[in-house]
Amino acid sequence: MKSTDISNPEYFHKVVDCQYACPAHTPVPEYIRLIAAGRYSDAYMINWKSNVFPGILGRTCDRPCEPACRRVRVEDEPVAICRLKRVAADYKDDITARLPKPAQHKNGKRVALVGAGPASLTVARDLAPLGYQVTVFDGDAKAGGMIRTQIPKFRLPDSVIDEETGYVLGLGVDFRAGKRIDSMKALLAEGWDAVFVGSGAPRGRDLDIPGRKEAAANIHIGIDWLSSVSFGHVTKIGKRVIVLGGGNTAMDCCRSARRLGGEDVNVVVRSGFDEMKASPWEKEDAQHEGIPIHNFLVPTAFIHADGKLTGITFEKVKAEYDAKGRRKLVNAGEPDVHFPCDDVLVAVGQENAFPWIERDCGIEFDEWNMPKVDKVTFGSTNPKVFFGGDAAFGPKNIIWAVAHGHEAAVSIDKLLNGEDLADRPAPAVDVMSQKMGIHEWSYDNEIEPDKRYKVPQRDKVVALKDIKAEVELGFDIQLAVKEAGRCLNCDVETVFSAQLCIECDACVDICPMDCITFTENGEEAELRTRLTAPSPHVTQDLYVQDGLKTGRVMVKDEDVCLHCSLCAERCPTGAWDMQKFMLDMTYAGNSCRPQRRSAA
Amino acid sequence: MTYLAKPKFQHPDLPKNELGYTHRDYEGSVSTLCAGCGHDSITASIIQACFELSIEPHRVAKISGIGCSSKTPTYFLGNSHGFNSVHGRMPSVLTGANLANRDLIYLGVSGDGDSASIGFGQFAHALRRGVNMTYIVENNGVYGLTKGQFSATADRGSKSKRGVTNTDNSIDLAAMALQLGASFVARSFSGDKQQLVPIIRAAIAHEGAAFIDIISPCVAFNNHAGSTKSFDFVREHNESVNRLDFISSRMPIEVQYEPGTVEIVEQHDGSRLALRKLQADYDVHDRTAAQGFLQQHAAKGQIVTGLLYMDKTPSDLHAHLHTVDVPLNVLDAKDLCPGQATLDKVNASLR
Repeated sequence: MKSTDISNPEYFHKVVDCQYACPAHTPVPEYIRLIAAGRYSDAYMINWKSNVFPGILGRTCDRPCEPACRRVRVEDEPVAICRLKRVAADYKDDITARLPKPAQHKNGKRVALVGAGPASLTVARDLAPLGYQVTVFDGDAKAGGMIRTQIPKFRLPDSVIDEETGYVLGLGVDFRAGKRIDSMKALLAEGWDAVFVGSGAPRGRDLDIPGRKEAAANIHIGIDWLSSVSFGHVTKIGKRVIVLGGGNTAMDCCRSARRLGGEDVNVVVRSGFDEMKASPWEKEDAQHEGIPIHNFLVPTAFIHADGKLTGITFEKVKAEYDAKGRRKLVNAGEPDVHFPCDDVLVAVGQENAFPWIERDCGIEFDEWNMPKVDKVTFGSTNPKVFFGGDAAFGPKNIIWAVAHGHEAAVSIDKLLNGEDLADRPAPAVDVMSQKMGIHEWSYDNEIEPDKRYKVPQRDKVVALKDIKAEVELGFDIQLAVKEAGRCLNCDVETVFSAQLCIECDACVDICPMDCITFTENGEEAELRTRLTAPSPHVTQDLYVQDGLKTGRVMVKDEDVCLHCSLCAERCPTGAWDMQKFMLDMTYAGNSCRPQRRSAA
Repeated sequence: MTYLAKPKFQHPDLPKNELGYTHRDYEGSVSTLCAGCGHDSITASIIQACFELSIEPHRVAKISGIGCSSKTPTYFLGNSHGFNSVHGRMPSVLTGANLANRDLIYLGVSGDGDSASIGFGQFAHALRRGVNMTYIVENNGVYGLTKGQFSATADRGSKSKRGVTNTDNSIDLAAMALQLGASFVARSFSGDKQQLVPIIRAAIAHEGAAFIDIISPCVAFNNHAGSTKSFDFVREHNESVNRLDFISSRMPIEVQYEPGTVEIVEQHDGSRLALRKLQADYDVHDRTAAQGFLQQHAAKGQIVTGLLYMDKTPSDLHAHLHTVDVPLNVLDAKDLCPGQATLDKVNASLR
C-alpha cells in the first residue's frame, strides 16, 4: 500500500466517524469535551454554527452519527451524542450576544426563500449576515415548517422552536408569515436575484383500498392530522385507533393519539418489525407507552357500517427473498385478520408536491414529477432557483435539510458574486498537537468501559395526560458529564513520523486494542490478514507509513483505536503524537471564495 | 513510563486460546520502565508465548532478582506466582522452589547485571545442575537503574552514552551457558518478536535448563552510535542461524517445507520444533561446534541469534537427585513419616 496522505482532509475526517456520518459534519467530540468541561455555551455555539438548531436537533435528530460511533464497535451502545447536544442547549447561558449582528451594510442582492422550515432558515442564517436581503415566505403564522407542524409537542416544545427560529430571524431576515407562495412565475416576476425552495414534502400518501371513501370521516392522513393537533384544531380521537405505517411519523401519530383519548392504540405495519423505517428509539418510546406494533399485515379493506368506520381487514404476509436478496411480501396462507377501530391514521409515507411551480418557468421536472436538482450545488435548471431539504430529494431528516441549506447558501453566494458554482473549495483542516507535558494531554484520555446512560423521562401517567408535556426530561449535569466521558475523542488523531521511529515495538506492546503492526508492505487485502489483530471492517482505513529503517511499514488499523494516547506516551522518540483534527467547513462568505488557502 | 493504566477495553475479535483466554489475560500491571525499553517487548513476547501455549497462569512461577529486567515479572502474568528475590539470587531461589514443587513452570527473569556480575556464580550453578527452568537474561549491556555504567556484558571497545570506551572484555552468557551444560541455549533480540516468541515457547516446553540471552536495547543509556547493543547495531550485525516454528504436541504439522531446509526436532513433551536453517552447516545438536561458531562470529563483531544448542534428551536436577515424583506439598504424614520399619531399613543400609 502507498503511505497514507494525512494532509488529505478526508483521511482524518473519516476517522471521526460521528462527524463524518453527520450530513452537516458537526464536530461532535469537540462539543462533547466542552460539555464535560461545563462550557455549555461554547458547546452550543459550535453546534449553532454547524447545524443551526441544536436544541431542536438535540431532541429530534435522526442521529446518523450514533450508529457510526466508535463506541459501538469497542463496547456496545454509542455515546448519546444527540441528547448531549440538548444538554448544551438546556444549560447554556444567554448566547444572544454571541450571534452575528444583522449586516450593517446590505449588498443590494435580494433572495427569496419559500417555506420557513429548517432548509430555508439555514440559508437565511448563512446569507443574512453577509448583507443579503433575505425574505422568507411561509403559509403559517410562525416559522419552523415541519418542525413546528409535524413534530408533537411532547417531543419538542414550542419554546425551543421559537427560540432557535428566532435566532435566525433576528439576523435581519424579513419573515413574511402567512404568505403562501402559490405561483413560482409570479415570484420570479418580482425580480429576486435568487430563489430558494425549502417547502418540504407536504403531502401525505393516501391508502386507496375499499371502504376509503365510505369511511372517510374516520380516516386521517398522518401528517395532516399531526399538524391539526399541533395547531389545536384536533383535540380528541376515538378510543380505538389504528395507525398504519412504520416510520417516525407513524410513531408520532400513535403517541399523539394515546394522549388525545386513544386508549387502545395499535400500530400495524406491512413489513417486519426489524425493517420498520422508524428509529429504534422511537419504536421503543411507543411501546413503552403501551402501544403494540403488529407486523407482516397488509391492509385490504376499511370496514364500515352506516357510514361509520368499524375496523380494518388485513392479509397476513411473510417475507420471501429472491436470488438477488430482494424481499417480497407474499401471502402467508393464513386467514385474514380483522382489527376493530374507531379511527385510522394513515402514515404510509409522504411525497413532494409542487402544484404552485408552473412547468414553463425554466424549472425542469423529471419523470417522477420532481424538479431536476444538482446534487452538489442544489441548483435547478433555472439558474436562479435552488432547492433544498425535503423539497429537493424527497423526505429526509432535519439534519439533511440543514446540510442542504448550507450548500445552497454557498451556491447562491457564488452565483451572486459571479463565480463558478462548481468550484467549491474543500473544507480547511487544522491539525494540532495536544501534548501538554510528559504525561499530560489536553483531553481526558482515561477511557474505561461504561455503558450508555438513559435519559430521564417524565412519569408515564403524567406524560400521557398532557400532549404538551415533554416526555424526555434531558440529562441532568451529573449524567451529562458521565455520558460525555464515554466519548473516545476520535478527533484527536494518532500521527506517526517514520523518520523518528526506532522500531522498538513499544507502541505495539502497549496498544490496548492491538491496532498497530510493523510488517512488510503488501496489497491492502493481503496486508489486513497479517495485522496484530483481526481487521474485519474494510471501510475503516489502514494508516500506512513507510520510510522505516528496516524497510518495513507501520500499519495502524483505525477501526477500534481508543485514541487513548498510550502509543504516544510509550514512544521514546516522539514518533507518535496525538493531534487534534479540526475541520473548517466551507460556508457562504469568505470561506467559499475561489483560490482560498490550500487545505492543511 | 506512563501514569495511565491500560484501558480494560480489548479488540472485539481477539483470538482466544484453548483455555478461552486472550493474550490480554496474560498481562500484568502497566510497565513503569522507560518508554521504548526493550524489556517491555520481551514482556510482550513472554505474554504471547504463554498465550499461545495455553498455559494456565496459576501453573507458572516467575522469579527474578534486582534490576530493570527483574522488575518486568510485574508486567506479565498478573495471575501467576512470583518472587522478586535478592540481587543475583534468582537462580538459588528458583532452584529451591523447583525442588519443592516440580509441577510448576519456572520462568527465571534476570538481567546482565543480575546474572553476569553479582549473580554470576548463581547463574553458573543453576545451569550446571540442570534445573528445569526457562532462564531469561534481558541483556542491555549497561546498568540502567544507576544511569548507564558498563555492565559485564558490554563489548570491549563499545562506547558509553558519554563517549567513554569500554576497555574490559565482555562475558558472553550464551557461550557460558553452552560451556556450563545448559541443555537449551538460544539468543534473540527484543526487536524481533517473530524470532523471539517461538524460542520462548520452545524453551518453556524444554524439560531441562533452558537459557535465553535476549539483547534488549536500553533506550535511555545504550541506544546511541558506538553502542553494540543499540537497535541499529543489533539489526545490522544480527547473524541468525535459524528461524524456529513451534508446533505444539496437539497440532499437526501443516506447513510444508522444502526438503533439506528444515529440521523437525521433537521435544520430550511431544511438542516439535521446525528449524529453518539459515546457516547451512550449523548443527543445533553439537555443543562444541556451537561454541566455536559463537567465538568465530563474535570475533568478527557479529551477534549470532537463533536456537544455538538443544539437547534432544535433556535431564534435570530432579532426575539426577532421584527426588520424589510429586511436589512436596502433596506428601501427607504417612509419606513423610513412613514408620519404624522403614527407619530400621534405612538404618540397616547404613551399617
